[in-house]
Amino acid sequence: MQEIRNYTINFGPQHPAAHGVLRLVLEMDGEVVQRADPHVGLLHRGTEKLVESKPYNQSIGYMDRLDYVSMMCNEHAYVRAVERLLGVEAPERAQVIRTMFDEITRILNHLMWIGSNGIDLGAMTVFLYAFREREELMDCYEAVSGARMHATYYRPGGVYRDLPDRMPQYRESPWRKAADARRMNQWREGSMLDFLDAFTEDFPRRVDEYETLLTDNRIWKQRTVGIGVVSPEQALAWGMSGPMLRGSGIEWDLRRKQPYAAYDKFDFKIPVGVQGDCYDRYLIRVEEMRQSNHIIRQCVAWLRQNPGEVMLKNFKVAPPSRTEMKDDMEALIHHFKLFTEGYSVPAGEVYSAVEAPKGEFGVYMISDGANKPFRVKLRAPGFAHLSAMDEIARGHMLPDVVALIGTFDIVFGEVDR
Amino acid sequence: MSESVATLRELLQQRFGARLGDFSEHAGALRVDVSLAAWVEVARALRDEAAFRFEQAIDLCVVDYLSYGEAEWDTGNVSNEGFSRGVEGEGAGRFNWADRPAAAHISNRFAVVVQLLSISNNQRLRLRCFAPDDGLPVVPTLVDVWRGLNWFEREAFDLFGVLFEGHPDLRRILTDYGFVGHPFRKDFPLVGNVEVRYDEARRRVVYEPVSIEPRVGVPRTVRDDARLEQAAAESAARAAR
Repeated sequence: MQEIRNYTINFGPQHPAAHGVLRLVLEMDGEVVQRADPHVGLLHRGTEKLVESKPYNQSIGYMDRLDYVSMMCNEHAYVRAVERLLGVEAPERAQVIRTMFDEITRILNHLMWIGSNGIDLGAMTVFLYAFREREELMDCYEAVSGARMHATYYRPGGVYRDLPDRMPQYRESPWRKAADARRMNQWREGSMLDFLDAFTEDFPRRVDEYETLLTDNRIWKQRTVGIGVVSPEQALAWGMSGPMLRGSGIEWDLRRKQPYAAYDKFDFKIPVGVQGDCYDRYLIRVEEMRQSNHIIRQCVAWLRQNPGEVMLKNFKVAPPSRTEMKDDMEALIHHFKLFTEGYSVPAGEVYSAVEAPKGEFGVYMISDGANKPFRVKLRAPGFAHLSAMDEIARGHMLPDVVALIGTFDIVFGEVDR
Repeated sequence: MSESVATLRELLQQRFGARLGDFSEHAGALRVDVSLAAWVEVARALRDEAAFRFEQAIDLCVVDYLSYGEAEWDTGNVSNEGFSRGVEGEGAGRFNWADRPAAAHISNRFAVVVQLLSISNNQRLRLRCFAPDDGLPVVPTLVDVWRGLNWFEREAFDLFGVLFEGHPDLRRILTDYGFVGHPFRKDFPLVGNVEVRYDEARRRVVYEPVSIEPRVGVPRTVRDDARLEQAAAESAARAAR
């Protein structure tokens, strides 16, 4: 009789389905996982320590690089923490712009998720479809900030600048015929709000396309239904948030329960799951894309009707405009002080959380009255979710581990920080 | 939000009395200091009792209070010496591994901070507990209360060297295999201690002392001047409107 023993396999850190640099040590009994031990930290950059060594405004860019598929939501939590410590509040228009970009970010994140999770579980096409729409939204990032991903657009006191009047356009080139460029530019003739109007008009149809590929797909359902079931008790005990918590039937969304920015102005629904399995979380994320689209449309309508300031006129916190600096000594001094020393924040501490696409992203910030934070702790939703991997993965087959990593929506920028 | 904070504060005082230390309220949130002996007991009660129901521990982290409130730039008096006002600081960006300051002993150096969230009552609470001995900081683990804190405590141990007594699996989590030191302590250099590269000659990855020079771009400045009062006045004016 041959002796049968458990064996250990190393999954990642160079595996494409590991969503980055996850090293997962799996103890297997045949095809069945007995124990999962995720080794994280391969992307640890010490963001929290770096933030402690720089003036407040110089660290906004680090936030983009945490969860690098939902950039502006991370910025939002950080910027709100600084604002709450300073006791200032951004103008209303800036709040609505932030709301709109948070939702654009949510769609960006969920598109990335649906595409990569699809590819992990054997659906190639949805990846290509999702990236088509991602490209359009990335252009919105570029239009407001000049950068496609790491925007640094939110600032304490508002946003960097108002929405642009024109969108970047495609040009004719040897590999793009004039007719193609014209077709691709048809939404881009007007302002950014016109572009978003056209995009959001079209987007629900695109979500339908993804759904035709996945929702009733037999293979997709075999890979997700009943896989990775998280009970409500587990979801609470493991500190889960976002779609992971809602998938288990707990109705909890910070945008509704502890509203921030301009979420109390707009109408949206919160999808909640029943089974708590991968399929429910898939349905939730798809519905969240539709709801985000709905919120963006309301924001666009509001922004059209309410022009105004997008940055606080408090020059102790926010810089004066370039034109003012040219002929006003005071403005020049303010600018110099802000960009050399920065502003000092009153001593105190604050925990500010936003409903990021992956769950609750929080910034715990302690100030001792200096121009740099004394301590910043970044609470990443993915870290809590991945820590539950061992308990959730036990008893699943090896290919289900890939489905689990996908459904946790792991991004190592935020897990490792 | 503020009246619910006041109610919560009263409830906590009635229920736990002397086991709780200072209360502090900032930006509409409550922080409570818990004594080390009552740490686990208070946490369990906060999770289970109907008045509190903090089902989720959202976050756990350690704060190293070494050098709290210290500035590197003298703003007290203006001199004509210009940049020589820059004070010799001991910020983490100013020294390398070899010249790191000797471990300073201050009382109450390390604190463990937990952010709690009650989903049933829609409430947040922050608990803080100081580790008594800053040479060997030990705090009881909360993993038995919220098992999701497992990794958070591992991270706190890894980055700050705080030991969690009773933790089932207290290994390093974020730093490299075989890492020396606790990088987020205030007396750990910002540039780190070792760097890694692939050695062509030896055909393997080698560890060497870091070659980067410590450098601070902007000195740490503590100011308590009119700019903050202006910001406060503006926020008051907005609230009055």
